[in-house]
Amino acid sequence: MSEKSRAGGAAAPRRPRTPSALLKFVMAVSGVFLLLYVVLHMIGNLKIFFGPAAIDEYASWLRTILEPALPYEGMLWIVRVVLLVSVIAHIWSATVLTLRARRARPIKYAGGSYRVKGSYAARTMRWGGVIIALFVIYHLLDLTFGVANPNGVHLEVYDNIAAGFAPERWYVTLFYVLAVVALGFHVQHGIFSGIQTLGWSSNSRERTIKVVSTVFAVVLTLGFISVPLAVTFGVV
Amino acid sequence: MKLTLKVWRQRDAIDKGRLATYDVEAHEDMSFLEMLDVLNEELITSGEDPVAFDHDCREGICGTCSMVIDGQPHGPQRATTTCQLHMRHYNDGDTIVIEPFRSGAFPVIKDLIVDRGAFDKVIQAGGYISANTGSAPEANANAVQKEHADRAFAAANCIGCGACVAACPNGSASLFLGAKLTHLGELPQGQPERYQRVVEMVQTHEDAGFGGCTNTGACATACPKEIPLDVISQLNRDYLAATVGGKKKG
Repeated sequence: MSEKSRAGGAAAPRRPRTPSALLKFVMAVSGVFLLLYVVLHMIGNLKIFFGPAAIDEYASWLRTILEPALPYEGMLWIVRVVLLVSVIAHIWSATVLTLRARRARPIKYAGGSYRVKGSYAARTMRWGGVIIALFVIYHLLDLTFGVANPNGVHLEVYDNIAAGFAPERWYVTLFYVLAVVALGFHVQHGIFSGIQTLGWSSNSRERTIKVVSTVFAVVLTLGFISVPLAVTFGVV
Repeated sequence: MKLTLKVWRQRDAIDKGRLATYDVEAHEDMSFLEMLDVLNEELITSGEDPVAFDHDCREGICGTCSMVIDGQPHGPQRATTTCQLHMRHYNDGDTIVIEPFRSGAFPVIKDLIVDRGAFDKVIQAGGYISANTGSAPEANANAVQKEHADRAFAAANCIGCGACVAACPNGSASLFLGAKLTHLGELPQGQPERYQRVVEMVQTHEDAGFGGCTNTGACATACPKEIPLDVISQLNRDYLAATVGGKKKG
């Protein structure tokens, strides 16, 4: 049998490709930046429980960090650039890896798919990621650009949130809650997978890492969903 | 016990293949492969082409037997190769679906036999150490810490069967790769080529068309030799040290 037919066509790329281990490294490092941001964002959101003035002042403060060393909104733009680069790197490497995985595993098993495919979180990383990306677009239109928000006035943070998650707009709250739950699952497997990708996992630490990722994801999720739920149910 | 088998039949690499249904009379004391032997004897007697499947030692140590039984590489029993799976785990009247390992890097040769030559290429790329030939070295010249010896031995249990690839939703051979790298990298004899080895083996794994790892853990669960998942962490640690960390010389 010739070498070509043995390789079955799909399995023989013409030039050496970037190893998946390196792309996973890109995913892990960009994931660390995204995770750091998401944690700070969640903590910042909790300002709303200290009253309308607290969150509005917090939003103004974000624009004056390290002034006058940095110009107005300087830190905000640094963070935005880092985020944008991280998001692009994360999605790009995920796309390349997904396409490779499809080629590497082209046929499904007729006798039922393999039962132990990892946790729910591990199995939903790709579609979960797509859902999170779509949510982020809506979220930016809602509370950053204000175009999808009934109030939509720049820096009127409390009023925008109060109008956005008003009881009659319960479906928006529901969408936020579901999206954040998807983020929670993504983060749960993401932390474990990232640690493994960076080579810091070991047999003895694996259980601890998984427990810590789960606790981390639950706290993050609860912190995020508390705000829209509190507004919709009139707590704040 | 009467069983209904749905077996993947494929004439050659080019044939599209299909699932064929057979009835077989098996005994609970038979191994899974003996049950297939019975089926093949019947097929030969009736002038049909017997089902081609890989097997060699039938003792669970050579890594030759493969096949996916009811969607699980090496069948439903944990830490067991197909040849060590016995029919007592099945009931009269069961239907069993038998397929080849599915992976872009493991093309089907015939029926349940796949070409696992990609593993040989990965081994050729770095699965060796440099050792002087001639008289045997002094047995106590190289002290190995117990923990390192244990970990190397656990990784060396890998029989290279390819169940990890068959189980992986991404068709990745990372568990196999990690097992070989941990096996050699934990021992003093494996140190001279350590970082060269990981780069060469990872690149060969890549060029063979295996997918990337998403750390689902399906491989470690399917592994008949229970290779621990953390060998993949070891693989990543050494790979990043060699490339990003610049430890690979030349």
